[in-house]
Amino acid sequence: MKQALRIAAQLALYVPLMALIGYFSSAPKFSPVGAHEALVRLSFVHAAPRKAPCRERSAEELARLAPNMRAALDCPRERAPLLVELELDGKLVLRRVVLPVGFKGDGNATLYHRLPVPAGKHRIAVRLRERPGEGFDYVREETVELAPGRVLLIDFVATQGGFLFRL
Amino acid sequence: MLRHLGALGFLLFWLLAASGITLYIRFDTSVAGAYQSIGELEWWFGGLLRSMHRYAADAFVIVVLAHLIRELAAGRFRGFRAFSWISGVPLVWLMYASGIVGYWLVWDTRAQFSALATAEWLYGAGIGAEPMARNFLGAEQISDRLFSLFVFLHIGLPLALLAGMWVHVQRLGRPATVAPRALALGAIALLALLALAQPVVSQARWDPGAVPSTVSIDWFLQFAHPLMYATSPAALWALALGATALLVALPWLARRPRLMPAVVSAENCNGCGRCVADCPYEAVRLVGRRAEVLAERCAACGICAGACPSATPFRSVAELVSGIDLPDFTVHDLRRKLQAVLPADEVLFSCEKSGAGGIALRCLAQLPPSFVEYALRQGARSVRAIGCRDGACKWRLGMELSAERFAGAREPHLRANVRATRLDDATTFALR
Repeated sequence: MKQALRIAAQLALYVPLMALIGYFSSAPKFSPVGAHEALVRLSFVHAAPRKAPCRERSAEELARLAPNMRAALDCPRERAPLLVELELDGKLVLRRVVLPVGFKGDGNATLYHRLPVPAGKHRIAVRLRERPGEGFDYVREETVELAPGRVLLIDFVATQGGFLFRL
Repeated sequence: MLRHLGALGFLLFWLLAASGITLYIRFDTSVAGAYQSIGELEWWFGGLLRSMHRYAADAFVIVVLAHLIRELAAGRFRGFRAFSWISGVPLVWLMYASGIVGYWLVWDTRAQFSALATAEWLYGAGIGAEPMARNFLGAEQISDRLFSLFVFLHIGLPLALLAGMWVHVQRLGRPATVAPRALALGAIALLALLALAQPVVSQARWDPGAVPSTVSIDWFLQFAHPLMYATSPAALWALALGATALLVALPWLARRPRLMPAVVSAENCNGCGRCVADCPYEAVRLVGRRAEVLAERCAACGICAGACPSATPFRSVAELVSGIDLPDFTVHDLRRKLQAVLPADEVLFSCEKSGAGGIALRCLAQLPPSFVEYALRQGARSVRAIGCRDGACKWRLGMELSAERFAGAREPHLRANVRATRLDDATTFALR
């Protein structure tokens, strides 16, 4: 009798537990974006130009260096930070300074930005400055039609002319 | 079930490993074939295994978290238990990492959502020279090599988890890593029933150009993704690292004065090794022909004193000193307490936790069986020994060890001229 009661009590615990697992393993559903929204992803990896150009070392400078270190050119490794702007329908939604990675600041600058937007037609402008100073080195402005649930990927490839819009 | 959460965790891990290895045989590790190979699993074998694999992973999360909460509520995380507690903390990370990566293999929209959410979270902490999310952004970035990485992670992380589980039980004598047969069979049967009643299905195939408006997520394993979107990657990092730091620091934050650890009397220790075999916390070892107590591991439960062959009240010495003993509750104190109540109709020994009264011991297994015979020979008509209620020993093995000693299955055993009758948590003794 006691054994039967124990089994009944165990079942009374296990069955709701299994029901709990069965339900929460796939429900309730989660909405990463709204039903009438699309997504803009701005992501790139870009190495900006060096902050300063290479310069030739003088004979005195070379003499001061160890024999195995006497390279004729002194090339500073540090790269300039990037300034990125993203504008949606005339409104600035992102303005960020992206620093190069690495202890010496000589690596790539990377950006990943996720922006849910209402589905429909949008005027999107994206700008990048890679040198110290004013203005932008790369600009692209497009009108895009974004269907609900679709993703616009904005990438940047300098060798292909700058920003790429991929729908 | 609550007493076997750790063992259930091991059972579910092995169930996950066995079902996962079998599914891997059928799995196509390529971008083009992964989704399809899972969809082609026949419902009665591959599909059933897949569903059991998923539900066992969810059950594993529940069991591990329940184990953590139970040990926390019982205060079993400080002092000599700190090692087991702290070594358990990284296992929670490894459990979640193993489970989350497993979802990516399915290559459906849930995998897409989970992989990108994880990548965004890692990017939030600046992990990786490039944003990991870039690997998932377009069809041209996704290659079969990525699947090799997923598979490597889904095998490597569980292997690291297993290694961690091994470390986790290192400071336990006789670790309970095998669930009782009835519990194990019941758990597997219920998981199979759930798998049959609600088979797991894939969602739409991964589409890099789309973002699903709704995703069916596994809230046991993937709850962190919605949490991150509701807050921010930085907030999720703060929560995860803060909780981890708190769990690791808990043994020091909630420190309490420790009981005095057991000590060895070199003159009375013959190096038999029974205390070494019985210690529930691996706190005693043999060095040459002498026992040695590792004080930082000692729980001061007294089980070692109960195992010592020299801890017999029949010895005709004024000061009873055993080979190993608790300095603040010696077998000499125990004999004195017993002699004070004798002669008596009934002598009761009980563990402190039971609150049953009589001569209270720190643990029932602190009682050398010879004390029972001694009490009977000194005029007690019967002797009773009461341990922790429902067998949940405060010191892990006390009930088990004392039962084996009383049944003559373990040294030091009760002599044959004493009859022991066990009913639930109490054993009654009488001379034959």
